[in-house]
Amino acid sequence: MTALTDDTLPATRHAMRDEMIVFALMAVVLAAVPFTGIYPFFVMQALCFALVACAFNLLIGYGGLLSFGHAMFLGTGGYIAAHLLKVGAIGVPLWPGTWITIPFPPFTPELALLGGTFASAVLAVVTGYVSIRRQGIYFAMITLALSQLLYFIYLQTPFTHGEDGIQGIPQGHLFGVLDLSKPITLYYVVLAHFLLGFLLIFRTINSPFGEVLKSTRENEQRAISLGYKTDHYKLLAFILSGTIAGFAGAMKVFVAQNASLTDVHWTMSGEIVLMTLVGGLGTVFGPVVGAFVIIAMEQYLAGFGQWVTVIQGAIFVACVLLFRRGLIGEIAHLLKRSL
Amino acid sequence: MQALYAQLLVGLINGSFYALLSLGLAVIFGMLNVINFAHGALYMMGAFCAYFLLSLTGLGYWPALIIAPIVIGIFGMILEQTLLRWLTGLDHLYGLLLTFGIALIVQGVFQNYFGSSGLPYAMPDELKGGMNLGFMFLPIYRGWVVIFSLIVCLATWFLIERTQLGAYLRAATENPTLVRAFGINVPRMITLTYGLGVGLAALAGVLSAPINQVRPLMGADLIIVVFAVVVIGGMGSIMGSIITGFALGVIEGLTKYFYPEASNTVVFVLMVLVLLVKPTGLTGRAT
Repeated sequence: MTALTDDTLPATRHAMRDEMIVFALMAVVLAAVPFTGIYPFFVMQALCFALVACAFNLLIGYGGLLSFGHAMFLGTGGYIAAHLLKVGAIGVPLWPGTWITIPFPPFTPELALLGGTFASAVLAVVTGYVSIRRQGIYFAMITLALSQLLYFIYLQTPFTHGEDGIQGIPQGHLFGVLDLSKPITLYYVVLAHFLLGFLLIFRTINSPFGEVLKSTRENEQRAISLGYKTDHYKLLAFILSGTIAGFAGAMKVFVAQNASLTDVHWTMSGEIVLMTLVGGLGTVFGPVVGAFVIIAMEQYLAGFGQWVTVIQGAIFVACVLLFRRGLIGEIAHLLKRSL
Repeated sequence: MQALYAQLLVGLINGSFYALLSLGLAVIFGMLNVINFAHGALYMMGAFCAYFLLSLTGLGYWPALIIAPIVIGIFGMILEQTLLRWLTGLDHLYGLLLTFGIALIVQGVFQNYFGSSGLPYAMPDELKGGMNLGFMFLPIYRGWVVIFSLIVCLATWFLIERTQLGAYLRAATENPTLVRAFGINVPRMITLTYGLGVGLAALAGVLSAPINQVRPLMGADLIIVVFAVVVIGGMGSIMGSIITGFALGVIEGLTKYFYPEASNTVVFVLMVLVLLVKPTGLTGRAT
C-alpha cells in the first residue's frame, strides 16, 4: 500500500538547517508585507487558515490520519472567543435543561484567545478519544460525522445566533496596551501568533514524539511491537492538532470580527484539506503556501458565484491524479531537499 | 398516536434512502476500495434526471424510475473509467479526496444553474392519495417508497449473495488477482460494480424527488449521515447495511417525535456510542 505521504524525502543531516533558513525567509517576507501595499486583511486571513492547515498537516502528514472535520476546531475556537469578547457570560449546565448563568463581563482579548483555544482542546480530547478507534477511511468518515454533529449543535444553541452568527465583535487591547483595531498592530499580533503556532508544530515534528508518530504512520504494527502505545501518540497528535486549529480560529475572530456557521460547515473542512493538498501533504511549508493560493483564488474569483466550488473540485481532482506531491513537495523533490 | 405513526413512516422512508445509499457505498468499497464521496451528488443527479425527463421529454415517473438509474449509472461508469481507474495501488484516502472533488464539481455546476432552492416534481397519479389503515392515514406514495426500496435492497442482496455473478464479485473482493487468473475480467466487473452502486443512488434520488424537492444540495448533507450509518453498521455485510439503514431511519423518526431537537444529531450520537462500545461497527470485521 502506497501511503499518502510516501513521496516525502528521508530526513537528511541538512533537513533541519534548510527548514530553519526557509522559516527565517518566510518570517522576513511576512513581516515586510505592510510596507508593500498588499491588502493586510487578505494576508491576515490567509495566515489564520495557514495555521489551521499546518495543524491538519501534523495529523495527516506525520500521523497518517486524514481528518475531514477540522472545521469543528476552527469554528469552536472562533465561536467561544467571539462570545467571550462580546458577551462574556457563561452558562453552566446544572442538570439537562437547567442552566445557571455566571454573569462575567466581556473578556479581554488574551483571555478570549485562551478561552477559545481551551474549548477546542477539550473538544479535541473528546472527539480524538472517539475517532482514533478507527483508521484510514473510517477515521475520515468519523471526523466528518463528528463535525456535522457539532454543526447542528451550533445551529441550535442560542449563543451562536444561528444563521446570523456573532457579529460586530469588539477587538479591544491585547495585554491592555496593543490596540487591535489598528490594522498594522493587528497584523503584527496575528503574524506573531502564527509564527508561534508554526514553530510549535515544527518543533513537534522534529521531536522524539514526532519520530514515533512518523513510525506509526509507516508501520503501526512494528511501532507497537517496539513497545510504543501508538494510540496514545495518535491521540496526543490529534489533541495538539485540534488545539492549534482552535487557536487559529480564535485568532481569526479578531481579523474577521465575526463568527458564523461557515467556519463549522463541512465545506470548510474540505477547504482545509484542499489547502494542504495543494501545498503538499507532509511538507513543512506546503500548507502555508496552499492556504495563500486557495484564499487568493477565492478573493479573485469571488464574483463568479458557485464556479469557485467547481474550480475547487477541479483542483482536488487534478491534485489527486497528477500532482500528488503538491507545490512545495514538487519543489522539494526537484531540489532534493526537505522543505 | 397519529403523529407518532407519521414520524415512524418518515423514519422508514429516510431509512430506505440510508439503506439504498449505504448498500451502494458498501458494494463499491468492497470492489474498488474507494469510499464514494460523490454518492450524494449522484443521488442528486438521479433526481435531476427524473426532473429533466419530465420537463424536456414528457417522460413521467415510471420511465424515469428505470431510465435515470441507467443514465446516471453509465455516467458513473465513465467516471470510473476516466478518473477512478488511475488510483489503483494508491492509498484509499486518495479515492475519498478524488470523489470529494467530483462531488464539489457536480454540485457546483448544478447550483450555478438552479440556485439552492428546490424544484417541484409531481407525484405520479397512480400513487396519489392515501389509505386509512384504522390506526393511521397512510399516503400511498410513502408506503410505495418503503416497500419498493426494500424489494430493491433484497434483490441486490440476492444478486450478490446468491447468484453466480455475485459469487464472482465476492471472490474478486477477496482476492482480485486469483479471480483474474481464472479468466474473469475483473476490471470490467469493477466498472459494472461502480455502475450498480451509482445506479442504486440514482434510484434513491428518483424515489425522493416527489417527497423532498429536487435541489442541487439534496445529497450533500445526506451523504454525511450515510457515512455515519456506514460507520455504525460496518461495510462487511450487505444485509447488515440494509438493516442498519432502515433501523437508523426508524430511530431518527422516533427521535423526531419524542425529542425533536435531537433529530438532526441522533445518528451521529449513536455513531459515537457504537464506536465506544464496539469500534469495528455492528457487523464489521476488524480492520
